[in-house]
Amino acid sequence: MSVQEKQNLSRRGFLKIAGISGTALCLGLYMSAEAEAKVVNPAQVPAEGDIELAVWIIINTDGKVTLICHRAEMGQGVYHSIAQIIAEELEVDLYGVDIQLTQGDEKKYGSQLTGGSSTIRGSYKNLLKLSATAREVLIMAATARWTVPVTECYAELGHVIHKPSGKKFHYGELVAEAAKLTAPKDVKLKARADYKLIGKPSQRRDSPLKTNGEAIFGIDKRIPGLQFAAVERNPRLRGKVKSFDASAALKVPGVTRVFKVVMGIWDTDREGVAVVANSTWAAMQGKKALKVDWDDNGFEHVSSPEIFKHQRELLQTSEGLSVKTQGDPNGIISSAKDKLDVFYETPYQSHSCMEPVNCIAHWQGDKVEIWGPVQAPNWIQDYISKKMGLAREKVIVNMTFLGGGFGRKAMPDYPHEACVISKEMGAPVQVVWSREDDATQGPYRPGISYRGEGVVENGTISAIKFRMAGQNNDHWRSGDSGRPNRSTTEGFLASYFASIKNISFADVPFKTPVPTSFWRSVYASTNGFAYESFMDELAHKAMKDPLDFRREYLKDERSQKLIDKMEEVSGWKSKTKNQGYGVAITECFSSTVGHIVKVSKKNAGGIHIDKVWVVVDCGWYVNPDIIKAQVEGSVVMALGAATIHEITFKDGRVEQSNFYDYKMPRINDIPPTEVYIMENDANAGGMGEPGLPAFAPALTNAIFDLTGKRIRKLPFSLNMV
Amino acid sequence: MININVNGKAHQIDADPNMPLLWVIRDIIGLTGTKFGCGVAQCGACTVHLNGDAVRSCVTKVSRAEGQKVVTIEGLSQHNDHPAQLAWNKENVPQCGYCHSGQIMSAAVLLRENPHPNDTEIDSAMAGNICRCGTYQRIRKAIHLAAELQRKESTSK
Repeated sequence: MSVQEKQNLSRRGFLKIAGISGTALCLGLYMSAEAEAKVVNPAQVPAEGDIELAVWIIINTDGKVTLICHRAEMGQGVYHSIAQIIAEELEVDLYGVDIQLTQGDEKKYGSQLTGGSSTIRGSYKNLLKLSATAREVLIMAATARWTVPVTECYAELGHVIHKPSGKKFHYGELVAEAAKLTAPKDVKLKARADYKLIGKPSQRRDSPLKTNGEAIFGIDKRIPGLQFAAVERNPRLRGKVKSFDASAALKVPGVTRVFKVVMGIWDTDREGVAVVANSTWAAMQGKKALKVDWDDNGFEHVSSPEIFKHQRELLQTSEGLSVKTQGDPNGIISSAKDKLDVFYETPYQSHSCMEPVNCIAHWQGDKVEIWGPVQAPNWIQDYISKKMGLAREKVIVNMTFLGGGFGRKAMPDYPHEACVISKEMGAPVQVVWSREDDATQGPYRPGISYRGEGVVENGTISAIKFRMAGQNNDHWRSGDSGRPNRSTTEGFLASYFASIKNISFADVPFKTPVPTSFWRSVYASTNGFAYESFMDELAHKAMKDPLDFRREYLKDERSQKLIDKMEEVSGWKSKTKNQGYGVAITECFSSTVGHIVKVSKKNAGGIHIDKVWVVVDCGWYVNPDIIKAQVEGSVVMALGAATIHEITFKDGRVEQSNFYDYKMPRINDIPPTEVYIMENDANAGGMGEPGLPAFAPALTNAIFDLTGKRIRKLPFSLNMV
Repeated sequence: MININVNGKAHQIDADPNMPLLWVIRDIIGLTGTKFGCGVAQCGACTVHLNGDAVRSCVTKVSRAEGQKVVTIEGLSQHNDHPAQLAWNKENVPQCGYCHSGQIMSAAVLLRENPHPNDTEIDSAMAGNICRCGTYQRIRKAIHLAAELQRKESTSK
């Protein structure tokens, strides 16, 4: 993920204007690695190399403006915030434009992988420049028509206005003229203080569509001739179909066909039996009536106790693969009389998007068209192309709204399965996973064990040594490279490295056949618990206030300000006897987020979470209300993963199946959460995920503060503390 | 043939009487605002009104709706302006938005039955609806606002 992001960020963006049939002005960003800043009309010059013009803004001659959302909208708000950025510099009414979801097209848009909280931080500079250039071109066109100086004109709400005379053109009237112009090279962007939209809350454009049933999620998409499929897959995650009996399934009214399917999940194949019918329900009934004999000979039958026992053994016996070492932590730790040496454990988790995994594929011989809730259309194109022998551009991926994603819907497995079934049927087919399929088939956030060793002398940290043992998601995707997990330090604040002289991180390779993948905030979601719990343990060992302890080691200006803000809003220093306060700060996808959790004892026993304060430093930002919403939601998701649910395995099968045994936080479970955003002009950081990792350690640190009980294994029950 | 009235419109449905109302609404009638989430009445994404009561359509056989009135999210108001819908938009409640058809249908019944719900009453009425994005804090706020809008609406009538 980060490699592709870096490629995108390193691309130099140049602007071009495309006049399309004289009826619309399209303004795009020319994504090119070429250094030559030549701005031309691409109608005259063909696209260079394999890079095409990416069109984000379309203005029709009647003045209608359409903006493109090139990334997946799965709740994180890019449908609105991309438009908010463009509308700001383009000077159009944010509520008067059309917004379109688009197709997968990496040549046009760069990577569309909506993961790593990358959309705004990866695109905002280019989008601002693109939109400001479009505005300036329209002003130039108007001044040419009026033969007045540019300085006498300005743009507002989709019009260019001549200030002295009050004359105006709507943008559509300028399209034909503008399409002939050359875009200016260096357009002046607005100062932050002059923003009308950016930096301010606004009603999300997708909100009304989501309150009256109008929004089309993948599962809602309909095309002519659509058939419906449900698939019974091996409950042991691996292995083949030995045989199956379709007779009962075929008797279910509406069921038309039953056949074996092979679905790829990265480099592994998974077998199942597909039931195709004229409605989703009929397909599901048919699936229930199937009798399948599975052959999972030769595959390891994993169980959770064995997984975590094995991880613990590895952490006790192996140094692992070094990821980062500075100073001599080993020397200090091995010669220390008194050291802290503890283990942490975080469970496997399911993404459990509210919209179950689903996908439509329409195989048409020389091409396939796909509609679905997908986070990574380009990966799907790559994967289907490779697995099914089609050219990449013959795999057309249409993006719909996603009912949650959290990393699960970045996988190309379910689109592949839909393609295989559609090809067999020779018809468009929608495959819908049941909640049970979703819970029992994964992929999952990997369960990980950590070992933290540390020495504190005279109230300061002498050395820290961290090791992790858990599955490496990269190995599922691209094979075992033999390299350590590249996310081993994810979550740990970079500025700790400036003040902790002797510190090391290592990854102890660990494998199981369990399919794993990114889960909101990825490794920061588990690393953060281990590392920030350990910092708390060191603070107590040093007899220091945990917030002051972080102040001592996070010396950069932004961290200092963040900590001051956390102290101020939470009333940290004014805590009383029967309250527990816990702090944790993590860094994730270029944003730093600090949580303070306040807890008390319930009369009936157990712990009550009284309050959560979250302070976010994400640098430059678009919409404070969306940021707050992302953090509020992250707290709820983190609460679930820390105190309510986990995926466990027994004899190779997942033990949970639906929301009655993989329980979710509900409205009556959640703590009141206040979110604050730091103001600075640093580069934008991510916000869809970074709000999550610090919650769990802040909570368990608060429980330690209140009770003296240290929780090192998630999940735990608040009622049992 | 099964006769049901959905959002004021009469439908004659040719389906297995055991087919859940959810799939009749989505796959036969073609209204996709009502969502499939769990299939076992655990998450509330499929909530519709059956003669004014909030029911989980994923476990309600279509035969039970024979001759009855069903209202889905598409039929809750003409212009997305039921007090709950207005409040949901005002508070920017939806994130992914998938569960909110069900959330709003549950909230609408609560607001009709209890025009002044407090936090505890809201929690108990809404505890059957899961939101994986975790919008609960805003749902609560929106229901308070909706109650206020509803009171204003009824005074102005």
